Amino acid sequence: MNQQIISAAAQGAAESANPLLPNPWEMGVVLAGFAVLFYIVVKFVVPMFEKTFAERAEAIEGGIAKAEKAQAEASAALEEYKQQLHDARAEANRIREEARAEGAQILAELKAKAAVESARITEQAHAQIESERQAAVVALRSEVGTLATTLAERIVGESLSDDERAARVVDRFLADLETQSAGAAK
Amino acid sequence: MIALALPAQDSGTFTPPGIDQMHLPAILPWGASDGFSKQMLLVILSVVIIASFFVAAARKQQLVPGKLQFAGEMAYGFVRNSIAKDIIGGRDFMKFVPLLFSLFFFILVNNIYGAIPVIQLPSFSHVGGAYVLAAVVYITWIGIGIKKNGLKYFKLATVPSGVPWYILPIVVPIEIISNFMVRPVTHSLRLFATMMAGHLIVMIAGSGIEFLVMQENVLLKGASVLVLVGAVAMYMLEALIMVLQAYVFTLLTAIYIEGALHADSH
Repeated sequence: MNQQIISAAAQGAAESANPLLPNPWEMGVVLAGFAVLFYIVVKFVVPMFEKTFAERAEAIEGGIAKAEKAQAEASAALEEYKQQLHDARAEANRIREEARAEGAQILAELKAKAAVESARITEQAHAQIESERQAAVVALRSEVGTLATTLAERIVGESLSDDERAARVVDRFLADLETQSAGAAK
Repeated sequence: MIALALPAQDSGTFTPPGIDQMHLPAILPWGASDGFSKQMLLVILSVVIIASFFVAAARKQQLVPGKLQFAGEMAYGFVRNSIAKDIIGGRDFMKFVPLLFSLFFFILVNNIYGAIPVIQLPSFSHVGGAYVLAAVVYITWIGIGIKKNGLKYFKLATVPSGVPWYILPIVVPIEIISNFMVRPVTHSLRLFATMMAGHLIVMIAGSGIEFLVMQENVLLKGASVLVLVGAVAMYMLEALIMVLQAYVFTLLTAIYIEGALHADSH
């Protein structure tokens, strides 16, 4: 039996299938299997892996970009605050300067106004004094004649015999005059 | 292994297993010489293994990957970056990643079968599958060349630039033969031959050990240990070659595609 098998094997080897000749069914199975595998790879495996890779890359790069952006924003904000502070200081200085200038101006104006006013008052007083003087001169001038006449009448009426009497007359006259002018002043 | 052992049983002379023992009886109908073979089952199984593993690994899509996703990404990234990106180049390699990825893992798993006890049968130890994959690649790169350069592609692929005109009559036929005729043959046979040889070595070692153990002579019996040691070494080498051939097949595919894409600059 063994001999038979060996000889069968040997015979088989002689006419044996050329190993380079394919079995068409096997070819079909390999082709179909590979096609199915290829379809699954194209449809699911590669897209899923690529998506994961892309997401990962984006996560890493996005994180870096986000951090850079945050830093840029922070430095921009700092710059802005500095600028604002600087502006505010400048503004305060300006306002202080303005106020000072305004105060000085107001002071100057008031001074000028006061000077004008005092000048005006002085002027007015001068004018009043002048007019009063004029009025006094006029009144005096008209009165002196009357007074002289009155005095002369009295002197004449008292008989101008002695000096003592004359002096008394004059004194009385003057006293009258004084009371008169005091009454007029009242 | 039973079928392999039969010729050597009790006989005085050692008949090594040959090409014929490469053909196992069919699974369905069981034991028939033709039908649904173990190879076919393994090929279908490989598709299920690869697809389920990578879909499971890719499905979670977490930014910080778990172990499974990390392993899947490593494997995918290897084909994507070390083969597709490095060979085809940064601009249009993404289009070919699915093909290269499918090829690499399809061949890898079908080869590794040969190193797994009980299964112990690389699918490409039968030439049909290798022919199919080489044909797919052949059609792909010629299609890419024509799509990219039009019919001028055949001139670009066979007439190298910068060669003096009087050498062209020799160079052009060589280019035609090497690029369009020999290339698919070597591409498929390289894979098939290494896998078949590996499988054959396993069979010979196995039957050789069995033959020696069956001998009456104690020394001969003891010599089986030497064969076993040699077989283990060959097994290691085969495992390396299985991975290497998957890589080589995919790498060559990438090189062919790159050549077709940039035919005008070669």
